[in-house]
Amino acid sequence: MIQNINDLLNHYEKHKIKVMKRHGEMPTEKREVLVCAGTGCMSSKSMDLIDNLKEAINDHNLDIDVHGTGCFGFCEKGPIVKVMPDDTFYSQVKPSDAAGIVESHLVNDEVFTKKLYTNPETKQKAEKTSDIPFYAKQVRIALRNCGFIDAECIDEYIGTLGYQGLYKALQMTPQEVIDVVKASGLRGRGGGGFPTGLKWQFASNNETDVKYMVCNADEGDPGAFMDRSILEGDPSSVIEAMAIGAYAIGANYGYVYVRAEYPTAVNRLQKAIEQAREYGLLGENILGTGFNYDMEIRLGAGAFVCGEETALIASIEGERGMPRTKPPFPANEGLWGAPTIINNVETYAVIPQIIMNGADWFKSIGTEKSSGTKVFALGGKVKNTGLIEVPMGITLREIIYDIGGGMTKNRKFKAVLTGGPSGGCLSEQHLDEIVDFDHLKELGSMMGSGGMIVLDDKSCMVDIAKFYIDFMVDESCGKCTPCREGTIQMYDILNKITSGKATIEDIDLLEAVAHSTVNTSLCGLGQTAPNPILSTLQYFREEYIDHIENHKCEASVCKDLISKYVITDACTGCTICAKNCPVQCISGERKSLHVIDHDACILCGDCFSRCPFDAIVTE
Amino acid sequence: MVKLKINGKSVEAEVGTTVLELTREMGIEIPTLCHDDRLSKETSCRLCVVEVNKDDKLLTSCNLPVQEGMEIETHSERVVEARKHNLSLLWGPHPNECVTCEASGNCKLEKYNYEYDIPVEPEFPAYKREEPLNESNHFFTIDPRKCILCGKCVRMCDEQMGIGALGYVNRGKETFVTFGQDDFEKAKCVSCGNCVSVCPTGALMPKNKIKYRNWETTKTRTTCPYCGVGCQIELVVSKGKVVRVDPVVDGINQGLLCVKGKFAYNFINHEGRLTTPLIKEDGEFREASWEEAYALIAKRFKEIKAKNPDGFAGLASARVTNEENYLFMKMVRAVFGNNNVDHCARLCHASTVSGLATTLGSGAMTNSIGEVINHDVIFVTGSNTTSTHPVIASYMKQAVARGAKLIVAEPREIDLAQMSDLFVQIQPGSNVALFKGMAHHIYKNNLHSPEYINERTEGFAEFVESIKNFTTEEAAEICGCTAKEIEELAEIYASGDKAGIYYAMGVTQHSQGTNGVKSIANLGLLCGNIGVESGGINPLRGQNNVQGACDMGGLPNNLTGYQKVFNDEARVKFEKAWGVELDPNVGLTVPRMMDGMYSGDVGFMYVMGENPIVSDPDINHVIEAFEKVEFLVVQDIFMTETAEYADVVLPASTYAEKEGTFTNTERRVQFIHKAIEPVGDSKPDWVILQEVMTALGYPQDFESPQEIMDELRRLTPIYGGMDYDRLGTVGLQWPCTDDEHPGTRYLHKGDFARGKGLFTPVEYVNPMEMADDEYPLTLTTGRTLYHYHTITMTDKTEGIMAMVPENFVEVSEGTAHEYGLTDKQRVYISSRRGTTEAVVLVVDTIKDNVIFMPFHFARGANMLTNTALDEFCDIPELKVCAAKFDDKL
Repeated sequence: MIQNINDLLNHYEKHKIKVMKRHGEMPTEKREVLVCAGTGCMSSKSMDLIDNLKEAINDHNLDIDVHGTGCFGFCEKGPIVKVMPDDTFYSQVKPSDAAGIVESHLVNDEVFTKKLYTNPETKQKAEKTSDIPFYAKQVRIALRNCGFIDAECIDEYIGTLGYQGLYKALQMTPQEVIDVVKASGLRGRGGGGFPTGLKWQFASNNETDVKYMVCNADEGDPGAFMDRSILEGDPSSVIEAMAIGAYAIGANYGYVYVRAEYPTAVNRLQKAIEQAREYGLLGENILGTGFNYDMEIRLGAGAFVCGEETALIASIEGERGMPRTKPPFPANEGLWGAPTIINNVETYAVIPQIIMNGADWFKSIGTEKSSGTKVFALGGKVKNTGLIEVPMGITLREIIYDIGGGMTKNRKFKAVLTGGPSGGCLSEQHLDEIVDFDHLKELGSMMGSGGMIVLDDKSCMVDIAKFYIDFMVDESCGKCTPCREGTIQMYDILNKITSGKATIEDIDLLEAVAHSTVNTSLCGLGQTAPNPILSTLQYFREEYIDHIENHKCEASVCKDLISKYVITDACTGCTICAKNCPVQCISGERKSLHVIDHDACILCGDCFSRCPFDAIVTE
Repeated sequence: MVKLKINGKSVEAEVGTTVLELTREMGIEIPTLCHDDRLSKETSCRLCVVEVNKDDKLLTSCNLPVQEGMEIETHSERVVEARKHNLSLLWGPHPNECVTCEASGNCKLEKYNYEYDIPVEPEFPAYKREEPLNESNHFFTIDPRKCILCGKCVRMCDEQMGIGALGYVNRGKETFVTFGQDDFEKAKCVSCGNCVSVCPTGALMPKNKIKYRNWETTKTRTTCPYCGVGCQIELVVSKGKVVRVDPVVDGINQGLLCVKGKFAYNFINHEGRLTTPLIKEDGEFREASWEEAYALIAKRFKEIKAKNPDGFAGLASARVTNEENYLFMKMVRAVFGNNNVDHCARLCHASTVSGLATTLGSGAMTNSIGEVINHDVIFVTGSNTTSTHPVIASYMKQAVARGAKLIVAEPREIDLAQMSDLFVQIQPGSNVALFKGMAHHIYKNNLHSPEYINERTEGFAEFVESIKNFTTEEAAEICGCTAKEIEELAEIYASGDKAGIYYAMGVTQHSQGTNGVKSIANLGLLCGNIGVESGGINPLRGQNNVQGACDMGGLPNNLTGYQKVFNDEARVKFEKAWGVELDPNVGLTVPRMMDGMYSGDVGFMYVMGENPIVSDPDINHVIEAFEKVEFLVVQDIFMTETAEYADVVLPASTYAEKEGTFTNTERRVQFIHKAIEPVGDSKPDWVILQEVMTALGYPQDFESPQEIMDELRRLTPIYGGMDYDRLGTVGLQWPCTDDEHPGTRYLHKGDFARGKGLFTPVEYVNPMEMADDEYPLTLTTGRTLYHYHTITMTDKTEGIMAMVPENFVEVSEGTAHEYGLTDKQRVYISSRRGTTEAVVLVVDTIKDNVIFMPFHFARGANMLTNTALDEFCDIPELKVCAAKFDDKL
């Protein structure tokens, strides 16, 4: 039990040493192995890898611990293994590599070079994390413990000053806590960018006995996994932050609403809650201050709309997950009618740091109106996909080229979609624009929760718009007219365009419905659903016109506008197309020109997108 | 107050007003599909959007509070454009079937499409809503294709009715509204049809066999002819037939109805209606003219008068109007020459009238229906309110949703029990013990209101003597529950500042009925909970005008307004007005009329709109009485079981065919209005009664029910101000003594009608017939939601008969097991008085060895029931008798 600050500090001292030693901040003879146990690496068998590592260490009678940690971020190169305190960074490690790493590195003290990361530019092998350009421009606050501590061990969290933010907050008045959060300039990381401190102030101003803290972990953007990674890698930071918030607004209970599709995140969060409860860091009279707070997890069933705060509230209450009208805002009338603070996982994750380090420290990072850092799930056609955390104000170019390592196959950059399906597509002209809440919005996109998908010239922007509105057609809850009906009608018009059946007037109609949906929808889902359409209309309008007037899809994506695929002389006979053709209509000898049987071809485009030599073209 | 601008015009509005409310006051029409003042704000149709301070984002006016300095545009180009888009978006997937849609003319989508020039050829043709018609409910269909997902039906069911049978499935454009598990049979749906009433399109439609177009209909506002709630409805008439019933929002029902009110109107135009007078000759009825019928009645009247001058009696009716009941009792008193007038109130609330008149001075609900929602404690006992007074039950549920505590003491676990804070399952007939036990606990623990008792009551010391040794343990023993349950019940009841007790036949229909009612009055007085807004004791009256029939003196001891026949001053007033001498002796009650017919003391019987051969206890005895009576006139709308025994049958018109007033359970006098012409040769009861009286030598020539009301209100202090010109749409509640009196919302404010509230010591006595070795079961009876009284009106609606087609008996699993019975099996059940047949329903809501049977069906429960009477008021003990399963009829 940790009953007071002395207990906490003692605990910290004890476990700090372990963490410091691990990270080379204190001398040690003892090595430790960290393996990414985030969902991405787990799906590449990192759990088997951990078993194999332990087995091999055991075989050699070594006294070395293997820890499953949260995500290291460099998912493109997962599974990742780090040997500490050497900080040796192994990438794309298979379970079968375990014996080699153990024997070479742990037994013979020789770096297992086969699994080191190779810089594609310099072709140099990088031995340490700091040698890898992917990490160079990152600033890790929300992700500070991801890949750093054992996510299932609260002691390690405490060893990184964990729960001292809560203690510090409990020494302040609730209003002082709110003032710090306000002064930090922290804005909601869930997408809206509403000032967190102000929101807390609203809830605090309500003089009622019952209030709630809620964590929105209903991460629904396709391709986004910031929240999942934090819950998997550093669940205690969210618990601590919610307790701080509860103290600030006068709540005593909290809920984390997390999707059931995140079993690892749920399990680790549950463990962290239980451990905190065991230690007395949740429950009654926390740290001897008289403050009571406890919390539980509520599982969501995967509806995108439940990320909308009022729908989320309805879902926690056991109602159908449908948004409710605002006002009243949840900070005044939320869960079961009580004032409720709903913040996103990433927002919570930085709060203990803000309390510990002060508002000025946080404000010193980022831009004037968007302080701090932002985590992005960088995906699409960049070399280094993964989870990144960057200071606000960084340019898109820095993210895509410096951190992302540039375009895969060095293709031409075409667009970057920020903010997921509610966001917008920005074009080449925006590469040097900075990333923060307001600037992205000005450009017609949005920060959103932090999905960032990079597209190359093989992407059709009309098709991309169609893809995202299709997602919204499925995810609209069905409550309000413009969203329920507008999304399907917009999809229908886009479908006409991509199949060459549209007229130029359809663009006007599309734009009109999109605006009307933005302006009259009930909740954020509908209000932002047309963003991919509106932004592509703004920056890639000529592509729409090309589809309509010339029946041409420049990127050769829209099947109805393609009469056939033809293999050109650029073909090297690599056979990749033939091997992957689902109807086996491509023939040709190895190292000789291949031919497509057009009668059998179903125009699926698989060969087109696979060909490493751009030897396949459309007619 | 805040100042703002609407369409450039400066206005002031109360803080808290919404922009929609304000614009409506200003006469600006903003379209809405999902908004309803009674329901929570859905804000889903997005038609009511307005422009605020020229912002890009349009805001919904239905939930937008007015703010200082706001500038609102309700019909700017952008707003109209957005509305057009949203209408077009709704229209695109909607079937283009207005030409054949029954809702056409009533459909709001159609109306707005017209107003906003939405092209018939959809601008947005992406898809059509496709989902099969859901016909599983017997009264209405759900056509998901026509649903625009405004969600009114869902909210109505959930928020107003407290049922929650409807919900959404799927999401996005696949969303549709349906019953839980898609199936009405498995849903909690009570078929009230309020979802149908609020549907703005043709998605929810009544099942109706008559084709009509809305623009060819007329609507007549009137009062529902079923239970005592007095819901306001509109009869929708096409080509002389009632084709639909719509609820009225500004009535006490606030637009709510139950399944009977909404759907069971088929009886009005039913082919089985009596359309011509009938005279029985040689045991067979033949059609006759009115003149023939009147002549025969006059002839037989004279003949019987000559040999048996006091052998006349009549049953007034809780179904017909106040004016008609007044005429009926006038006929009995002035023409028959005695006070032998009574009606079925004898069988329902006679004990209330006698019990409350003694203790409080007035035998009616002390509160109003509108006060239900503001109770902080609601105690329901002896009333299955969701079945018998569904709309009042809905208000109870709304009160619970707002935080009121609900406690229920009943022999059956009724629907309300399931949502109550405490339910105590008591033995039928144990009420007095329960109430005394509660009073004991309240007094012992100082939970009573000494100040109130001192100021406003008398008889407290004697009362305390009667309860101080009656422990909760003793009460629990009698009630078949635990002492703790009684104590908790008492504590919760006593905790209320505005506690309301609601009771009905479960308290009154006992040989100790009057004592039960007095015990309730004792409880209310003890806790200072009578004569308080939203605090009181409330007998729920069962039939549409049973309150009025009592008020009108359809009782053997009372002239109108409870003026006693033996009170010389009162009687003389009537004698003067009527120009005849009146009998000062109290007349026969219903059971004693039956005995009189049986013995020959009553030779001439006149029954108006009653069906004793189904409704009265011990049917074998009742049938024999009707067989024996020398001359029987039955005036009714159908050939009832009782009418079969008549010598003359007079065809009356239904409520839909005449004018007049009903008085509901909260003492509110409300109009009924004529929607159609009398069917066939039928005549309104008031016309028939005048003509009969004239034929019997006492000419009456009222031109209209209004003239009758004007006569009766001059003679009736509590109706003194019931001027037709004042009743308007909302009516007036008695006492309403003169033309200036605003009516009375709740009784006994300040003083009791009798001065001080009287505590009455009451002893518990067992029901007259207890289960024994020979008849080991305790039979209790009651109503169902779907049927009304002796089903003469409800059995004309197919859906009703599909829900409850025949007599049934509810038995517990334990009882079923003991007697080897299975669900849906047919059984015979006997008591010492007769045998009946029923279908077994095995339920988990009743105790072992207690069985329940509805009294609706001919030769049903009342073949078994006991004729034992309450000594004070002659109410028979219909609620308890001993019974057994039998092997033959």
